[in-house]
Amino acid sequence: MTSATFPPSPPENTSWSRYFGFNTDAKVIGIQYIVTAFFFFLIGGLLAMIIRGELITPAADLVDRTVYNGIYTMHGTIMLFLFIFPVLNGLNNLLIPTMIGAPDMAFPRLNAVAFWLVPIFGALLIGSFFVPGGPAYSGWWSYPPVSTQNPLGHFINGQGLWITAVALSGVSSIMGALNFVTTILRMRAPGMGFFRMPVFCWTALAAQSLQLIGLPALTGGAVMLLMDLSFGTSFYQPEGGGDPVLYQHFFWFYSHPAVYVIILPVFGIFSELFPVYSRKPLFGYVYVCLASFIIVALGLVVWVHHMFPSGVAQWMRNFFMFSTMLIAVPTGVKVFAWLGTIWRGKLRLTTPMLFCLGGLFNFVFAGITGIMLATVPVDIHVSNTYFVVGHFHYVIYGAAVMGIFAAIYHWFPKFIGRMPYEGLGKVHFLFTFVGANLNFLPMHPLGLMGMPRRVSSYDPEFAFWNVLASLGAFLLGVSIIPFLLNMVSSWVRGPKAPHNPWNAIGLEWLLPSPPPEDNFGEHVPTVIARPYGYGTGEPLVEHQAEIENQLTLQEASA
Amino acid sequence: MTATPHLNTEHPKHNLTGFIIFLCSESVIFLAFFSGFALLKTAALNWLPPGVEGLEWRTPLLNTVVLISSSGTIWLAERCMSKGNLMGFRAFWLLTMALGAYFLYGQALEWSGLQFGLTSGVFGGTFYLLTGFHGLHVATGVFLMGLMLVKSFIPQNYAGGEQGVQATSLFWHFVDVIWIILFVLIYVWQRS
Ligand code: HEM
Ligand SMILES: [Cu+2]
Repeated sequence: MTSATFPPSPPENTSWSRYFGFNTDAKVIGIQYIVTAFFFFLIGGLLAMIIRGELITPAADLVDRTVYNGIYTMHGTIMLFLFIFPVLNGLNNLLIPTMIGAPDMAFPRLNAVAFWLVPIFGALLIGSFFVPGGPAYSGWWSYPPVSTQNPLGHFINGQGLWITAVALSGVSSIMGALNFVTTILRMRAPGMGFFRMPVFCWTALAAQSLQLIGLPALTGGAVMLLMDLSFGTSFYQPEGGGDPVLYQHFFWFYSHPAVYVIILPVFGIFSELFPVYSRKPLFGYVYVCLASFIIVALGLVVWVHHMFPSGVAQWMRNFFMFSTMLIAVPTGVKVFAWLGTIWRGKLRLTTPMLFCLGGLFNFVFAGITGIMLATVPVDIHVSNTYFVVGHFHYVIYGAAVMGIFAAIYHWFPKFIGRMPYEGLGKVHFLFTFVGANLNFLPMHPLGLMGMPRRVSSYDPEFAFWNVLASLGAFLLGVSIIPFLLNMVSSWVRGPKAPHNPWNAIGLEWLLPSPPPEDNFGEHVPTVIARPYGYGTGEPLVEHQAEIENQLTLQEASA
Repeated sequence: MTATPHLNTEHPKHNLTGFIIFLCSESVIFLAFFSGFALLKTAALNWLPPGVEGLEWRTPLLNTVVLISSSGTIWLAERCMSKGNLMGFRAFWLLTMALGAYFLYGQALEWSGLQFGLTSGVFGGTFYLLTGFHGLHVATGVFLMGLMLVKSFIPQNYAGGEQGVQATSLFWHFVDVIWIILFVLIYVWQRS
């Protein structure tokens, strides 16, 4: 394979309109996913502002209690199914093909269909605000019997729409997962064996395998829930011989793995970025790769830790307490690998690096509260309190969303072709880090004191911590402004990005910024080394120097 | 529509990989239904609704025999195909479709003779859910076979890889295995 006709010229069709139609290019779909996800992020965030606005005072004075139930239900549902999953699928679409040197996904049309389902079920879910009786109000778990009540008796009701939307989201995610897994398994560049694959692809493979195993169970459970709600069956109704706890099993059999679907790619992002900004190879690369699959295996057998108070057998409590604690081992391996990578590195505190460091800090904190929750006696005490809410917001906002921001700042130049502004980025980081900690730290003392979650009024003794949390939430709300400003202005008129602004190693950095539609096309470079050869001077691919020279020449002449 | 014309053509060689992964994932739904069924049944005080004696097993047993033999005929069809015998392929393929259609007919016959409905407690609910969801798969299989049969009349279509045929036949075996488990769970395991 020669590099004579390499690098491919930059893309010709850069018109805006391709983002609004049925396009099958993974890079277009990736951006469609991310922009759509942030649209819903704003809606979910607005709901969060209402929640924290209500909770800044002990009395229920901002919204009606039933409305409040609908708001936190929709907040959780939107953030998970319409923000986190779509934004991660966006990153998968951008990164997987370029990182492994594939021209596109294995099934481009399926990929586009999977994306277009997102606005469809998004509209269904948002539309449920406007049906008689309002949206679903049974929390993002939708446990029966609350979720099988239909007091107004309309066939089309908020809960029914909720279940339909979640099922459609499942269909879309399964389509996506099929695509990502097939692409990673079948379309890697020559020479890229599994142990030369970037960690992000490992974690994506792990996360998407979890989707394939877990989602069908949720879908099955949701079908039965919908039948109970709308067609009079009694799968979960004790009067008819059913069992409400069965639904909890279905729900958590998926929704516990779902948290690893979220955090695994973020582990991937950390593993990609720490080496770049520390100028050192990733410490313990092979162990980090393998740990992802150990997490998959263990992650499938811990779900009952969400049901310790639900009347499950004692042996189950013991078993699931033990298995949950075991997960800390592979997770700890990764944390040590990142610390080992940063240790004595030449740190460059750019915006993406700051987000990674902040995310890692928050993740460690959340891991500690997670282990506390895994301990049955502690969990019985704090389950269904703000302690749990604090725990998972530290992971999801503090670690996952921060990691996603890191990824966006890091890869923005590659896929948009322009540099984001560092100053705005750092302001964004500062507000996010301070806001998240101020928002979610107070939830832990609140939970330990016994404040239940999902209430709109509370005893005045909880007021102090609640005020702090609300202030943190408003700061988080504000933190989005520098982010959006940065994205829009740098997209429109930011400085042009060179092919490798961060001096990173990886196939995606051997493409022009933005990459042409079919990436490397026919001229995929042959990989000859493990990733992350920072400071070793080893090339990643054959003819690396020539490729880079030509890219630089191309940029100079443009 | 701004679909891009030439570059992103589908990659047919990955279709089978994708389909196998899909089947693995699909089997989890059945696994969920089966384990839910087992859990509800073992926990039930009165499994059978009042007035129901149990399930008649003769029609379903005949159906089982039909479905299992259709797995054999589809295998024969595939063998003909790999030997380049297109007529033999069509014959066995059509036979498989007929057996599948007969299965659906038998299922409908059984359903229409039952004295309980979807809402007759968990017994009725799980029965119709499991058999209905499986029946949907049988119908899908027959439909896919019809599609492949039509395709076989397009000249040169099956000259290269026959991934569509392979995938359909895989799906059919899958539907068959699911039925055997289902038959054991629902009809053989009658006492609780
Ligand atoms: C060391 C790792 C972790 C452990 C040991 C752990 C443990 C737990 C336990 C025992 C609960 C149940 C608390 C209860 O409901 O009483 C819980 C809740 C939760 N965790 Fe974690 N967790 C860990 C990591 C994560 C990660 C990485 C995420 C997400 C990215 C996450 C997201 C959640 C969510 C969303 C909930 C609450 C769901 C709800 O009740 O609404 N956790 N965790
Ligand atoms: Cu969990």
